[in-house]
Amino acid sequence: MGSTSKTATTGGGRLAALVGWIDHRFPMTKLWKEQVAEYYAPKNMDFWYFFGSLALMVLVIQILTGIFLTMNYKPSAAEAFSSVEYIMRDVEWGWLIRYMHSTGASAFFIVVYLHMFRALLYGSYQKPRELLWIFGMLIYFALMGEAFMGYLLPWGNMSYWGAQVIVSLFGAIPYVGDSLTEWIRGDFYISDVTLNRFFALHVIAIPLALVFLVIAHLMALHEVGSNNPDGVEIKKVKGPDGIPLDGIPFHPYYTVKDLVGVGVFLIIFCAIIFFAPTMGGYFLEHANFDPANSLQTPPHIAPVWYFTPFYAILRSVPNKPMGAALMGLAVMLFVFLPWLDRGKVKSIRYRGPVFKFFIISFAISFLVLGYLGMQPATPLYTNLARAFAVVYFAFFLLMPWYTSIDKTKPVPTRVTYHAH
Amino acid sequence: MTEELDTGRRHFLTVATIATGAVGAAFAAIPFLASWKPSARAKAMGAPVEVDIGKLEPGAMVKVEWRGKAIFIVHRTPQMLAQIEGIDAELRDPGSKESEQPAFARNPARALKPEYLVLVGVCTHLGCAPLDKFTPGDPTVSAGWQGGFFCPCHGSKFDMSGRVFKDVPAPTNLPVPPYRYLSDTRILIGADAGNA
Repeated sequence: MGSTSKTATTGGGRLAALVGWIDHRFPMTKLWKEQVAEYYAPKNMDFWYFFGSLALMVLVIQILTGIFLTMNYKPSAAEAFSSVEYIMRDVEWGWLIRYMHSTGASAFFIVVYLHMFRALLYGSYQKPRELLWIFGMLIYFALMGEAFMGYLLPWGNMSYWGAQVIVSLFGAIPYVGDSLTEWIRGDFYISDVTLNRFFALHVIAIPLALVFLVIAHLMALHEVGSNNPDGVEIKKVKGPDGIPLDGIPFHPYYTVKDLVGVGVFLIIFCAIIFFAPTMGGYFLEHANFDPANSLQTPPHIAPVWYFTPFYAILRSVPNKPMGAALMGLAVMLFVFLPWLDRGKVKSIRYRGPVFKFFIISFAISFLVLGYLGMQPATPLYTNLARAFAVVYFAFFLLMPWYTSIDKTKPVPTRVTYHAH
Repeated sequence: MTEELDTGRRHFLTVATIATGAVGAAFAAIPFLASWKPSARAKAMGAPVEVDIGKLEPGAMVKVEWRGKAIFIVHRTPQMLAQIEGIDAELRDPGSKESEQPAFARNPARALKPEYLVLVGVCTHLGCAPLDKFTPGDPTVSAGWQGGFFCPCHGSKFDMSGRVFKDVPAPTNLPVPPYRYLSDTRILIGADAGNA
């Protein structure tokens, strides 16, 4: 790297001259070096570190396919449903672009949930990465809004009633609830007006916010440096050249590694698009193949799978404002993890058995709640959801206690690494 | 002229500039926020609707649309009216004290004329459309079902007057819209005697 950049600047040639011309006017080479070629990442990052770059790639897929969908989609109650059918049947390759976008939505949440779970495993939200974590959570919230509003656009009956249920949640807020829901809908019910404004938010407002938040997330990451499976700060042990001894340049080491992740991801992603685009009703719900009907609720309303853990909590509470408040809390509690965690170590490798017990029970409760949220609300399932909601909240609310009493193992000063 | 920097003055001017700018930004935000309220057209389309109930058989229900909401009109039989008697202990709000209805409907029958029940068919939990399950003991609801409305989304149950049962997610009774009789067989939904 050092030698190649030297030849690039001294070797003359037209390309080098062009680079020099640009660098005098825009910090191109400087940015490339700081953010990529001379960004030193820990050399022991494992497969859990694929999901950040994958999330970035899915964002690009969503923006690209989204732009092409807007070229044929009509954001009006009269035309929305049939314009999606038109894209699926008449537009050349329209089915592919639309299935990439709908599968991309679910893929986004899969990689983001795994990316967040990695942070829980390795304590990546701990000091000094609190702001990095908060930017990440803001990205997650924006993503939830983006997915929710995007789901209304096909104007299927599940779109319609899903939006109806979620917008009515704001009605649970005392005093202002009813006027607030009317303000969000712009009408006395979910109508053409609502569809039109959700379209505006989905295609421009939230994507713009998402892109800015992703930039902020990456800037914060590159300021503090990447965490790693050992939770060791590599900047504490530097060589004579000022470079962390356990650090390797992001490019080419991690660009090449992430390329493998991209390959594996795309194989699975394409298999879903080609062979199971609805994923048996999990990625595209069957009730959404009927157009929106304000007089006919689908027999069973459930959100798409990525919201079901929170939805299960919402409906397990037999009190509307409390249910809405607990659901909001279930989402918001992640933000406070840096301050709830009193552990002296970051990574699960050096945590004690109590933390391991709680994080495993949390992961199980998240999955079980996700399943229960898709099922009809029978008394048995409601009681199960209540039990697992307690487990879910215990992970967060008891964290200051169990992380401080847990028996941790000594953390090495250098990362553990075995050459392959 | 003094050479010294008047930091107090500079601080005051900075704060005053920021405050003025913030007030201006707040006022400039009003048109954008207000543009989200129901437009004149949306309000006009929310005008009252007239329904002919002359052909509604006893025991039958008709759904009409008002402001995009389903309005249920049920022609209650004497047996159906008997189903709302003596179950107050099982109801969350038997006297409709916490619920939304015109003053004339704050009674067990929740109607101007007891034989015609007019309800907003929107579950007070999260806005799903409840199903008419008028047959007592309907196996698709639960054993011991007394007849009424059942919301398939989250299992809320309401009696033959749309009053909510205890231990279900819905907080209040199904709302009664404002309405009045134009004649014996015609109802105007969306306006009562008070606001015609």
